[in-house]
Amino acid sequence: MSLDTATVRRVAALARLRLEEQDIARVQGELNGILGWIEQLQAVNTEGVAPMAGGTPGGAAAMPMRDDVVTDGDQAEAVLANAPDREGEYFGVPKVVE
Amino acid sequence: MHPTDFTLAGALAALNEGAISAEELTRAHVAAVEALNPKLNAFITTTSEQALEAARASDARRKRGEAGPLEGIPLAIKDLFCTEAVRTTAGSKILGNFIPPYESTVTAQLKRDGAVFLGKANLDEFAMGSSNLTSAYGGVLNPWQRKNDPAARLVPGGSSGGSAAAVAARMALGATGTDTGGSIRQPAAFCGITGIKPTYGRCSRFGIVAFASSLDQAGPFARTVEDCAILLRSMAGHDPKDSTSANQPVPDFAAACARSVKGLRIGVPREYRLDGMPAEIEKLWRQGLDWLRDAGAEIVDISLPHTKYALPTYYIVAPAEASSNLARYDGVRFGLRVAEKDSDLRDLYERTRAEGFGAEVRRRIMIGTYVLSAGYYDAYYLKAQKIRALIAGDFDAAWAKVDAIVTPATPSAAFAEGENTDDPVKMYLNDVFTVTANLAGLPGLALPTGLDHQGLPLGLQVIGRAFDEETVFAVGAALERAADFKAVPAMRAGA
Repeated sequence: MSLDTATVRRVAALARLRLEEQDIARVQGELNGILGWIEQLQAVNTEGVAPMAGGTPGGAAAMPMRDDVVTDGDQAEAVLANAPDREGEYFGVPKVVE
Repeated sequence: MHPTDFTLAGALAALNEGAISAEELTRAHVAAVEALNPKLNAFITTTSEQALEAARASDARRKRGEAGPLEGIPLAIKDLFCTEAVRTTAGSKILGNFIPPYESTVTAQLKRDGAVFLGKANLDEFAMGSSNLTSAYGGVLNPWQRKNDPAARLVPGGSSGGSAAAVAARMALGATGTDTGGSIRQPAAFCGITGIKPTYGRCSRFGIVAFASSLDQAGPFARTVEDCAILLRSMAGHDPKDSTSANQPVPDFAAACARSVKGLRIGVPREYRLDGMPAEIEKLWRQGLDWLRDAGAEIVDISLPHTKYALPTYYIVAPAEASSNLARYDGVRFGLRVAEKDSDLRDLYERTRAEGFGAEVRRRIMIGTYVLSAGYYDAYYLKAQKIRALIAGDFDAAWAKVDAIVTPATPSAAFAEGENTDDPVKMYLNDVFTVTANLAGLPGLALPTGLDHQGLPLGLQVIGRAFDEETVFAVGAALERAADFKAVPAMRAGA
């Protein structure tokens, strides 16, 4: 499966990565190189195989449940400490609604 | 003896006997960092003042009889671990000014046990790379040199390249790393030191900048197997802040280093004999197996039939998880923001991420976004998860026949800057022997056992059952005793 330039543009938009027009051909080549290499997986018979969705040995079932209680919070200053822009106790962003 | 030549265990003994103070030990390492870092670039941020202050506090604790298991030991911390009030960049421009208001669980435990932090070690951006060259803060120079070409700038491996170089050059007694596809074991092998990626879930991921959450594991670097075992005991343990952290007792890993390997069954996977594998790697491997046989282990041929699919599987799973994890870098809550005067929110996102992420990170986000996108999810991501199950199943079957598996750690010794960069896939092949342990969630240790024809270190890897790091340490220590690896890099403290 090979990506055309329209797909490269669409994926960049989905990933919220600005892609300059002059870079599209290069990125397309790199992605197609990687995807072409990955293509060999289609040859593997996976019928009836349950997907492994996490890294935990024994599967997700081995993961513990925890109590659904608040354990942290009330730290607005720490949360906002690295914000590029803030107004009071809010993150600042460009105007979203006209 | 120069204090930077201590092993970690040796330094602990010297501190206990009062032969050296934590302040003296730290001062020697701070001096090594200041002398060597301008050349090696192993640290992105150095915290010499804080280190000396921590060392004095450590001496005071020892005097009061409150010494912890790592009391006064100077370490390098991969700059992927959040450290409270100390800048944490993940090797990325997008986190260039990020000062975490909290501490990762692993570094908090190291501090609890008395360790002293020398600074934040360089790495590939967001831990994505095998050369340390994707770091936004420049590459790291491998302290080893080729005999016939000492001017060649060799890479330390990656992603934990700064950690490995710092320990090899004796700028630190040990270091933390993380390993998603080989990022501890490959740089350990390239730099002639020891490193272990423990079982998935052994160390908490809380406060470690996420790359691929189902594969990421923290682990230690040091110059001996026992030193790694000492560090891992402090780093490991259950943490309620990470739901994948295992609620398992943490054994005395250092004690396991003294265990005999007599009667252990050591697996040799035939699929790891790659076409075109250099003869010296083949020889190193055979030599390692001979040593284990001499020590009383039984060598057993095994098959891990899906091995050849591991790397392409990894390059679906890891980018998919990365594209999700890295969605948080939006120029709003923390990190870099890039916007034009008339930017709307979407334009702010797109400019921030295009400028804040380097080429390899953008490439992996794109791959990950594509394989998760509507219409392709089943063909790529779900398919990869199923093959991952088959790879894990190969190991499950092997554990019926063997107690540990021994393989080469890397397909070659350290390469030079500029090599393997023409094609991303060529760089990815560095992890061919290590990536299977991440996919299966198993512990893997790399240690140096020989030199190549250029005088560069080569390593072997020991893979074990889930939560059986003890056997891995026992086998690693047996190989270490037999190899008696004494070679040192050209660039090191005290040289």
